[in-house]
Order: sequence, then C-alpha cells, then structure tokens
Amino acid sequence: MKTKTLSKTLVGSVIVGGLLATAVADAFAQAKEQFIGLPSYRVGAYAAGGSGVFGGWIDYMAMINERDGGVGGVKLTWEECETEYNNARGVECYERLKKKGSTGNSVFQPVSTGITYSVLDKVVADKIPMVTIGYGRTDAADGRVFPWVFPMITTYWSQATTMVKYIGSKEGGIDKLKGKKIVYLYHDSAFGKEGLSVLEKQSQKHGFSFVPLPVAHPGNEQQSQWLKIRQEKPDWVILWGWGVMNPTALKAAAKTGYPREKMVGVWWSGAEEDAIPAGDASKGFTAAGFNVAGPNYPVIKAIQDKVYKQNKGNMEDKSRIGSVYYNRGVVHGIITVEAIRTAQGKYGKRPLSGEEMRWGFEHIDIDAKRLKELGAEGFMPNLKITCADHEGSGLVKYQQWDGKQWKIVSDWIEPDREMVRGMIEESAAKYAKEKGITPRDCSKEG
Amino acid sequence: MLYREAGQFKTSYAADQQIFPIRQDRIGILIILAIAFFAVPMLFSEYWLKAILIPFLIFSLAALGLNILTGYAGQLSLGSAAFMAVGAFASYNFMLRVDGMPILLAFIGGGLAAAAVGIAFGLPSLRIKGFYLAVATLAAQFFIVWLLTKVGWFSNYSSSGVITAQDMEILGYRFVTPEAKYLLVLAIVVVLALLAKNMVRSSVGRAWMAVRDMDVAAEVIGIRIMHTKLLAFAVSSFYCGVAGALYAFAYIGTVEPEGFSLDLSFKILFMIIIGGVGSISGAFLGAAFIVLLPIALDVIVQQWLAGVLPPSVSSNLQLIVFGGLIIFFLIVEPHGLARLWQIGKEKLRLWPFPH
Repeated sequence: MKTKTLSKTLVGSVIVGGLLATAVADAFAQAKEQFIGLPSYRVGAYAAGGSGVFGGWIDYMAMINERDGGVGGVKLTWEECETEYNNARGVECYERLKKKGSTGNSVFQPVSTGITYSVLDKVVADKIPMVTIGYGRTDAADGRVFPWVFPMITTYWSQATTMVKYIGSKEGGIDKLKGKKIVYLYHDSAFGKEGLSVLEKQSQKHGFSFVPLPVAHPGNEQQSQWLKIRQEKPDWVILWGWGVMNPTALKAAAKTGYPREKMVGVWWSGAEEDAIPAGDASKGFTAAGFNVAGPNYPVIKAIQDKVYKQNKGNMEDKSRIGSVYYNRGVVHGIITVEAIRTAQGKYGKRPLSGEEMRWGFEHIDIDAKRLKELGAEGFMPNLKITCADHEGSGLVKYQQWDGKQWKIVSDWIEPDREMVRGMIEESAAKYAKEKGITPRDCSKEG
Repeated sequence: MLYREAGQFKTSYAADQQIFPIRQDRIGILIILAIAFFAVPMLFSEYWLKAILIPFLIFSLAALGLNILTGYAGQLSLGSAAFMAVGAFASYNFMLRVDGMPILLAFIGGGLAAAAVGIAFGLPSLRIKGFYLAVATLAAQFFIVWLLTKVGWFSNYSSSGVITAQDMEILGYRFVTPEAKYLLVLAIVVVLALLAKNMVRSSVGRAWMAVRDMDVAAEVIGIRIMHTKLLAFAVSSFYCGVAGALYAFAYIGTVEPEGFSLDLSFKILFMIIIGGVGSISGAFLGAAFIVLLPIALDVIVQQWLAGVLPPSVSSNLQLIVFGGLIIFFLIVEPHGLARLWQIGKEKLRLWPFPH
C-alpha cells in the first residue's frame, strides 16, 4: 500500500517536473524561433503540386537551419495544416496558424488563388503579410492599395504578355504577329479568366486575332474545344490549365494533329506532372516558368548535402528533387528567408512579428550578386520589391519538354510593363473605391 | 433518473402539442441556447468562433434546408451548393444595387431568389422521382455555377469572377468582431431552425411526409402534390440560400462560383445522411461530424504525428480515418446520429429498467 502511494507520488512528481522542464525549454526556445505556418495540400486533385511546392519549401528551410543555424541565429519553425485546396479549410488553417509561435504566424502563402481571395480581408485586419508567388490577385501588385499582399516575381498578366512576346520571337519579330490567330484555351475559373482581359488588349495592340475557349472544371473533357480548334486553324494555342486539364489537352492535341511546338502553356501547366502523363504527346510543348527545372544548382546541392544526407528530407520520392514544383517550393523558401533577413537588418536578430515581416517583404532586393551567393543563379529571376510595386521583376523563362525533361529555350523575358502596370493600377483603384481604401502615399514610407 | 417524467401531466391540448413535450427537454434546450448565446462568445477564442463555430452553424443551416427537401419531402437533391451560390450572389447584388439595403433584408432577398430558382428546378420533380430527380438537380448544380461564371453582371464584372461581400451593418452597428458575427449567425440559425421545427410539425410538414411515404396515397387523401413538392423545393432552397449568403458575408468574405461546387453539395448530402434523414437535430449533428471531424483529425495528426509519419501518409491518414468513421457509424446506426440520440433518450426515459 505504502509503496504504491510512494510510487504514485514519484510518478506524479516526475510528470510535473517533466512538464515544467518542457515548459521552460519551450519558453527558452520560443525566444529564438521564427514561426512560419504552412497551409499545405497533399491530398486531392492538386496533391502533385502541393506536395512538391511545400516539400521544396520545407527542405530549403531545413537546410537553412542545418547549415546556418537559422536566420541570424533565429531558428525557423513551421507547422503544416492540410487545406485540401478547399477555400473553407484554407480559412480554418489561416485562423489556426495565426497565433502559433512566439510572434504568431509571420507570413501566409496558400499556393491557391481561391484561398488567397478568401483571406484577402483577413490578413489586413490581422497584420499578417500574404505572399502569393505566381498566382492570386494580380492587381494586388499595386502596393499602395494592397500593403499586405505580395503577388511576387511575376503575375498572370505579366506572364500573358511574355507569352505574346515569346510567340512573337518565334514568328520572327513581334510585328509579324499581325493577322495571326491565337487560341486561348483556359480553365473556366477565376484562375483561367485572369488571362482574358490582358490578352484581348494585347491582340488589339499587336493585331492578332484572339479566340478564347473555356474548358469546364476539372478539364478532362475537351473534345468540343479541340474540334473548334481544328476548325479555327490557329497559328498558336495558349494553354492556361491546371491539374488534369493539361495532359488531357496535350493528348487531345496529338489526336487532333495539332503541333505541340505551337502550344505555349501557363506556368501551372509546365511541370513534370503535366507532361509525363501525356506520354509522347507532350514532346515539343513549351511552358512558362518563373523558376527552372533541374537539380544542377548549388542551392539544390546544398539541400541534398545538408538535409537528405542525414535522412531529414521532406520528399519521399527523391527523384522529384529538382522537378519544377519542387524548385518552385525552394523559390518560396528563398523569398521567405530573404524577407526575414531583410527585416532582421532593421529590427534586429530576433523573432519578428507579421508587421515587421511585411516591412521585410516590401524591401526585398535580390540582385544578381545575391542570387549567386544563394546558389540560385539562373534558377529564379532578380527580384526587387518597392512600396508601390509588389510584383518585382515580372520576368518569365520558357522551357520545352523534350520527352524526358524540361529544357530551357529562352532567356528571362520582360513583360509589357507599361500595359500591365496600367491595368493593375486601374483595377486596384476600382477596388480601392469599392472598399473605401485610401491608397498609401509611397513617398512617405520608410 | 435524468428523464423521470413522474408528475408531468398534460392537461390541455396546447401542453400536449408543444414542441418539446418533456420538461427536461425544454430545460435542456434553454441551457444549450443560454450557453450558445452567452457563454460561448465570452469564453471561446477567436479561432473557435471564426474557423469552427460559424462554419458549423452555416453548414447546419444548409443541411437543415436539404433535410426539409430530402428528409421530410423525400425529394433527392444534389443542387444544395448551387442554391447556396444563388443566395450569396443575390444578397451581394441586393446590397450593391439597392441603396441603403438593410443586410437582413438582403439575406431574405437572397433566400427568396434561391427559392425562386429552387421552384424552377423543382418542376421536374412533378414527373420524375428518385435517382432521376437527383440527375435533374445535378443539372441545376452545373447550370447555376456556369451561369454565375459566364454572366459578368452577377459579379459586377470583376475580372476574375469573384465577389467581395459588403460590410454587415444593422441599425448603425457594424458586425466586424468574431463575437458579433457569431451571434448574428447564431440568431438567424436559431430562428430558422425553430421555424423549420414548427413547419414539420404542422399540416405542411405532414403533407411533405405523406408525399415522401407514398405520393399516390397522399394524392388520394387530398394533398395537392404539385403544391406540396414545389413548396418543399422553395423552403429548402430558401434555407440553402440564406446559408449561402451567410457563408459569403459572415464567414469567407470573398467567394467565387467554383467554391459552390458539386463537392459541397455532396458534403451537405452526407451531413444529413450521417446526422439523420428527416430530423432537425440530425442536421446539426451531421454538420458537426462533417465539418469538425476533419479539422480535429488534422490537428491531431499535425500535432502528434507530424514528425513520426511522412507528410503524405499523415494527410491521407486523415481521409482514411474519416472515411472509416463514416462507414462505422452507418453500420452501427443507418438512421444517423439523431436516431442514436433518440434511442438513448428512450432508454433514459425508462431507466433503470430499459428494454
């Protein structure tokens, strides 16, 4: 009897002591940790994209922790939350991750246009920056109206103009586009409709005829569209697809006899996961990208050395390291880490709040020299964010599928800045008026 | 013990016909309402209110709407999400195009617009039944989402087709804090649930159930089939429409037509199947199961298993466990969670000698 009580007390005190110890350790650790919430999606129709992007992103942060001991001595911590690419679940994840870590979630990057729209108002109220790299709301590039949203590197509108430029270069000059016909085969959703208005304007400017053809979600039924393409006999087809729509389109093109060399894809159609399922039908297909494929970059090598050699990597299928989606995730990681570094330069080497991180994102300046230091030369374009311009460079590269892998076929192409910026400002001004927002005066921002 | 009814005598028809004839039920409901209205907004964190309780209430309302149509009137529908979309977009347009539109009136307007659309798509139910009707409502699902995407007017010509809900303001008070939004949603849901409970107890509800059980017999005893079926479609779509409006205004804020996809319609259908077909409380229990369980599983997996299991396994594990639980509950109690509670209550009333 007595021994029982004694052991009980002992067990009890050990438990209490353990709890205290972990609490103390937590408090100690929290002092030097930067929390990043990851609203990932690893199941459902878009799991291929989600697991690649979030895998690459996590691996990059793990590498920074392993190699440099975090950023400025502050360890990076993160937690995933499964969104299933569903807007309601995304909102739940946003709320769940918001208060985690010592300073709360410091940046939200949903990798889904739908979730971006769903939390657009919430990030302003909660003072958490939202970074949408290569998706999301295009006119948020006007930082005066959208101080908390960063559609970085390049937007859909910029991309659409580079597509026209790329097609022009293939035709032997942009002036040769006159009288040509371009079909815009797009996913009939908010994502697909993003390209419509800007391409229409481009067609007026360069004098080509423009035929938009919507494909209903999810896009595995395209017979009537390809029949129409056969009738129209376009010179080029722009494929603005996502998920299963892309291999379906490539297979349908092969069946119709439309040359894949004359098809240009959006960056969400330019991954290995889009090309491989279509087999030989994808050979010759060209797609845009703001990052390139391939593992032969120092930054990927560093991840292999520091993370995978110690069996700590996030990817189960190691052959996917260096794939388009994986590398896109590494780009997400680089931008997040560089923002922390930039903000630490102003606020000191400590965990930063969402507001301080916002300053960091707004002052990111990754030039050629910095890219070389990061081991990402040619991996992603230069990036300079300012108070008014939350997009950065807008540069896009084109890659062609040779049957086995993506091969780079162009240099970084500049978008039609003048037209895109004009449209962004016009659209942002309309939004500001609807919502009663007074745009910031950027000359007064520090 | 809990349900001892000794001493409760019903001496008038009114007492016999009230919503909750047992005193313990009345007290229980009052306690639940008191907790929901007073304790919850004071004690629960912002995360719970915004991310869990508000969507739970909104989906309960949608499930309630579908339960009226499918559970009580026996008409299978796969268009609930589309009717929610109609409610959301109609409310948005009422607020946008009518100056000084009160928000509650806009919600009712959204519900009425959904009811009108529901009647139109309910017309085939006069001729076809069962699975064939489900296919007809499937047409509603695809047609409405397509129309909202196609016609720019509905989204005020926004380039990406999404709408941003306006602020909610009643008599000069702006509903911005999570507590205020929660109370507004709760009040609307409670009023509509009470209305539904009374409707299914009245002649309207009895007519629905008669049509559900055998429409020829119902017609013979003098129930107007067309009127009854279309009324069920109208009331059900009204509930879904209001739920959709709340989804846009009180929960997400910015919605796109694709958000109201067939997936969501199926989810609402699963809610009433799991919760209990033909039961008001079943709508709430089912919504709790379908909305809350995946979140709870994700929290458990991310908190405790994130380091142990590879990430793709842990994400898929949630779906496996969720699916397994659905099958488990359907085997244990095919009539849903509401029936489980009903059986428990019967046993409690006979305690200590249940049979």
